[in-house]
Order: sequence, then structure tokens, then C-alpha cells
Amino acid sequence: MKTITIYPVTRIEGHAKVTINLDDDGNVADTFVNVVELRGFEKFCIGRPVEELPRIVTSICGVCPWSHHLASAKANDAVFGVTPPPAGRKLRQLCNAVAYTEEHILHFFFLSGADYVMGPDSDYSVRNVIGIAQANPEIGKQVVRNRHLGSQMLNIISGKSIHPVTAVPGGFSKPLTEDERRQLLPMANEVLEFAKFAMAFAKENLFPKYLETVKTVGVINTGFLGTVTDDGTLDLYEGKARLMKPDGSYEEFPYDQYTDFIGEHIEPWTYLKFPYAKKWGPFSMDLDSPSGIYRTNSLARMNVCDQISTPLAQKELEEFREEFGRPVQFTLLYNWARLIELLYNAEKVVELLNDSDITSAETRVPVTPRAARGIGCVEAPRGTLIHDYETDADGLVTNVNLIVGTTHNNAPINMSVKQAAKTLIKDGTYDQGTLNKVEMAIRAYDPCLSCATHKLDGSIAVKIEIRNAKGQVVETLANW
Amino acid sequence: MAVKVAEEWLNICGGCEVTILDIGEPLLDLLGQLNFVHMPVLMDHKYFGQTGDKDQMEIPEADVGIISGGVRTEKEKHVAEEMRKKCKTLVALGSCACYGGIPAMANMFPLADLYQKVYRDSKTTDPAETPAKDLPPLLDRVYAVDEVVPVDVSIPGCPTNPDLVVQALTALLEGKEFKLEERSVCDECPVKREKKAAGGQIKRTLDSVEFQQGQPWENTRCYMEQGYLCLGPVTLAGCGHKEEGNGTTVPRCIKGYMPCRGCFGPIRKGANPLVDMMTAISSIGLDAKQVPDRRALLNRYIGGQNRLRPLPARPR
Repeated sequence: MKTITIYPVTRIEGHAKVTINLDDDGNVADTFVNVVELRGFEKFCIGRPVEELPRIVTSICGVCPWSHHLASAKANDAVFGVTPPPAGRKLRQLCNAVAYTEEHILHFFFLSGADYVMGPDSDYSVRNVIGIAQANPEIGKQVVRNRHLGSQMLNIISGKSIHPVTAVPGGFSKPLTEDERRQLLPMANEVLEFAKFAMAFAKENLFPKYLETVKTVGVINTGFLGTVTDDGTLDLYEGKARLMKPDGSYEEFPYDQYTDFIGEHIEPWTYLKFPYAKKWGPFSMDLDSPSGIYRTNSLARMNVCDQISTPLAQKELEEFREEFGRPVQFTLLYNWARLIELLYNAEKVVELLNDSDITSAETRVPVTPRAARGIGCVEAPRGTLIHDYETDADGLVTNVNLIVGTTHNNAPINMSVKQAAKTLIKDGTYDQGTLNKVEMAIRAYDPCLSCATHKLDGSIAVKIEIRNAKGQVVETLANW
Repeated sequence: MAVKVAEEWLNICGGCEVTILDIGEPLLDLLGQLNFVHMPVLMDHKYFGQTGDKDQMEIPEADVGIISGGVRTEKEKHVAEEMRKKCKTLVALGSCACYGGIPAMANMFPLADLYQKVYRDSKTTDPAETPAKDLPPLLDRVYAVDEVVPVDVSIPGCPTNPDLVVQALTALLEGKEFKLEERSVCDECPVKREKKAAGGQIKRTLDSVEFQQGQPWENTRCYMEQGYLCLGPVTLAGCGHKEEGNGTTVPRCIKGYMPCRGCFGPIRKGANPLVDMMTAISSIGLDAKQVPDRRALLNRYIGGQNRLRPLPARPR
């Protein structure tokens, strides 16, 4: 029996390890992924003034701080019982859309995309954004520039692009001036042009080459969760939850009923919980007959929505559906879906900057502390993000529950790794390119293990247990 | 010859790594002079060889090592020690590495309380025993990197400022020392100060500060003097961005019309912002005792180095 370790899993946010155990014939016996980190935000937010939480929970994730910031601000609105004025709401949506463009460029080109641009089997020393920049200096320059444009825009709108402070209970603390709006528009248009380029470039040059890999690596059969408006249109800031079964049928619920639909399962071998659809039966990650498993993030959102409100992204969605159907289960298509979302958000930024409300000085209403419960949800890039707060009469926090995007995908990531390893490693034959393809199945989910492990510790480690056919543990492998 | 750089992240959110990317296009020029030999967030270099065949963790030797994040587990401690061994100059990047950061707010609680909350007292979770089977031990609390290994250069901030990363890297490339000037956020804040506050009440940020948007910053009154707690007086300067056009440097949160919460940490090593802030509040005529949740608020980013600890149980 031989063990293969991939450690650390690279070009993801956070640390992870994959260990694959081979049987005597050199085929994959079993893999069992175990994340071992916690940080404790749900504990140490208790006792804090609730209006301070939007600037504390941001540190759950430095890659998607705006998602936590906005979910927290929305939970605050609910706690205080207020509705932000139109400009306050739209400035939040604007920041959300800008942040999405920045993050999707980051993921596609800096993290995941190197596999497609440089090739999954290319030498590891060039299979990264620096390699992309050296092989294609002009693309490299555009990638660095356009991601940075996003953060510069957020600095203009809010003062602080990472760990922002301007979404407050009741709205947004900083109105947008007409001068700033004029400064932002050309930047937004440049990012939109880049988004169009990225979509076309990937469709022409990257995805077709790897279609066989897409259709075989990491493919599992699950349900999907995402957010839509009343008429089923994709929305990343507000709406209702749509929970879709693998057969495409779905039910919908308002997020303040999330505890009726989502449970969190605990396994004794991991700190990270496993959210599951409570009504679909007992939790099981069995590859042949999974139960309660759904996925979030870009592919889930493309599957659950009926349409997209912006023209270019809608056209791409139609093309995507024509080629792959609905719902589509191919894990690596998360990357394709992400580029459609990049386009959608780039269009949305321009649309919002041309909205006549956006420069209104009325961005915020004052709030008064009270004892209440408030639930705030947004679609974070990595999936549906739920912040649930309770306060006492002074507005001090008495309880916090968080379910974050990557955590929803805990079970699917486990399953895709297992499926990918089983598909790719046969008769003991593998090389660094093979192992990189196993990692590609993880990268497709763009997991943010900092987010997922918000509960206690910082670093992320993964443990894998190898079990024999009887389910007995024959070997345990860990990265600590 | 290019300078070899290794980067590791420990108890992190990733914001400081994104800050490195926020250097923007000048980063491409810097990259020509830097040779990244290990950086898990961007590069595929593995600890145990590319197909995982080696027994010992190997971080390559480097001229400069950069660590973000504080130290929470035995495993992170090991990585910090390995980085110290392999890197000639070790940089602590961001307030988590320098002071423990926001995750060190967990230092206010014993571990058992955290486990109880997460695994037994969470409303969506099917309660269970704390997972413990072969899991890596957590340290008793969150540590700053310099509590574990000696650090040569500290660049605080939550996240830090890309301009400071460029300055520090440039200094290191030229073989010069990099150290931030001991100035406060107030020293670079452009708002108008009259050294006294309007009334005795400390206000929470439940309503907007008064501001004069589109006018010179000196037409806006200091938020602290308006009665809102602002940690500018006890916080190291360095977060600010230069505004387009007028070139005024404005602290980040101040630009968002929100008071400072101290993310760059104390102005000088060994300072006690909690005590200093109480003095600052009283000196302009506000009632220092009224600050809600004072201990956590004034130590929000700096709970390592024993600044935040579980309080002894109150006598009944």
C-alpha cells in the first residue's frame, strides 16, 4: 500500500492537504478529507455592540470582506428594524458588484486559471500568475491592472477596500459625490471590457482544450443552493433562497427561515461542520448515493437562477445551458460559471453608476438599540452567506450564528476529491500533473478555508483517513 | 541578482496577501527583482516535494521571509520556526502577525467556552462532542509571531497598506533598514481639531458623524471632538491613501466617515493603548468611563502578547 500526499494544496485561500492511499494494485482505496481549523468568531462577537460587528466580521476573510461586511450590515438593519434609503442600498450593491469583479479576476487568473492558461501538466514553477505574466506579458499586465482597478474603485467609494467600514446599520456612511462617480465610470467600463475579453478568451482558448477533463474530473451528483429575486432572476445582494434538487426541481424559502431547511452535521474527525438539506434525509457523502448534499457558489447560482438581468451575461447563460444543460454537475465548470458572473457584475457596476439615486446624499438612517434578532444574507462569491445575530436591550450581542459559503461546499469538496483521485490514478501511475488535476477539482470550488474555519483557529490543515472496504480505518494521514 | 522571497500565512484571512496584489502594476516591476521560491497562495511549491515523496518539510532558503497571521496551532508554530531557520530577514506582515489581530479576541475566552459555543450551543448544529480524533492541538491562545520566533521587520495594519509593502521591499532590496515612523493617526489626519469636545457623552456609531463632503477636510470637525470614540490618538499612522487632486493623505476609515478602530496597533512597542486612550478621552472633556465594551474595543487588533486574557470569574 502506498500513500501520496499533496501538501499544501496551493493556489487556494487557506491551507489544505490531500492524501491519497493506493491499494496493492495501485488504485485509489479511499480518501477522507478532514479540515482542522476553527477561529471562534461566533464566540468572541458575543458581548460586542452589534453596530461594531460589520467591522469585526470582515476579518473572517480578507478576500471576500465585503460579503461578510454586507451580510453583517443587513443583519444589523434587521436587528434595529430599519430600511436603508435607496442610495444606501445601492451603494452597498455597487460595492458588492465591484468586489465580485475583483475576486473573480483574482480567482480565475491568479489562482485557478493558471491550470488552463499554462496547462495542468506544465511545470509547477511556471504554473502560476507569474508564469502567465512571463509567457503572455500583455495578458499578465491586464490581469494585474483590472483586478487592481476593482480595489481602487472600492477605495474611492468607501475609503477602505479590504476590511471595509462604510456599510452601517441603516445604510452606508459615505455618500458618493458626482466627481467620484465621474472618476469611477471609465474604470468600470475598462473592467467591463476586460470581462468581455476574459469570457471570450477562455471560451476560445482555454475551455475547449480541457473539455474532456471537465467532463470527468471531480464530477459528483448533488443539489444546489442560491439566491434569486421573486421572478427567479439571479441576485447577489438580496432575494430568497432557492434550493434545487439534483433532478432540477426546487423549493424556495425566505432566509429568516433558514434553520428549518439547513442543518449542520458534525463528524468527530473534523472541526469543520457539514451543512445539509434537512428535508432530504440523513447526511451521507457516499459517491453512489449521496444524501442531503447541495452545493453553493457560481455553478450553483447558474443552475438555480432562471435568468440574469444584464444582457451580456444573460446571453452567456443561454449559451452555457445550451451546451451543458440545467442543472449541470461538472465541477470544473465552476470556473466557466465564474466568468459569466464576472461579466454580470461588470455590467452591474456600470448600470449602478448610471443610476440617478447613486449620488444622493441620503444614504443612512439613524438607529436605536433594542433587543431583537436579525438575519442578514448575501451571496458571497463562494456561496450563500448567513449572519444571524441576537441582541439585548442595549444592542449588545447575545448570540451569533454564521454559515459561510465554503462551509456549504465542505461535503462536495470531499466528494469531488475522492472522485477525481479515483478517476485519475490507475494502476499506481501518476505524476505531478495528475496530482495537480486532483487539486483542480478543489480549486474549482474556490474554497476559502479562512472563511470556512471562522469558528476558532487560523491555519487550515486537512486530515485524510484511509478506510478499507469494511469502513475500518486502515491509515490516518494529517498535515500537522 | 534577484532576492529570494518565501511567504507563509498562518492564522489568516488572506487580506494582507491581497494587499500585496494591491501594489498594482508596479508589482510587475518589483517581481523582476524578486524570486518567489515559496508562496502557497500563488505558487505550487510543496512542503514534501512535488509528488509528496519526502519525509521532511522543506521551505527553501530565502533572503526575505514574509509571515502573515498570528500563531494558533502547534503546526503554525512549526512553520514559523522553519521560516525563521530558512530566511535571513523575517518580516511580520499585518496586525495578526504583529499583534495577534482580530482572531486574538478569542484570547478573552478559555478554549472550552469556544468549543461549547460552536459544537453544542449553535442553533443549526446537531450537537455533538467536540471533534478531537487525531486533530492538531491548538495553543492555549493566539500568539503574535514575535512571541514565537524573533522578527526583524514589522509592518502592521488590518490589512496593511500596499505603499508600506513597497517601501519595505525596496528598503530590503537596497539593504537598508525599514521602520515606520512613530506618529499617530491624528498626526496625519486632516480634520479640524479644537482640543475640546462639545459634551460629556461618548457616542456609539448609531448615527452619522457630521462631515462636509466636497469641501477641504479642515472644514470637518474631528470625530472624537464630535463625541465619537476614535482610536486615532493611540494608533500608529500609515493606513492613509493620498486623495486624487489635492494630494491630502486621509486615514482610511476617516475617509469613509467612520472613526478609527486602531487596526495599525500601538504607536510604539510596549505602549498600552487602553490606558493612553482613556487619558486622551478625558483630556478633551469626555467621560472615559462611558466607553461601551471598553476592553475588547480598545484591544480589538492587539489581543496577542497577553493584552487580552480570560477574566477571572466574578465573585458571587
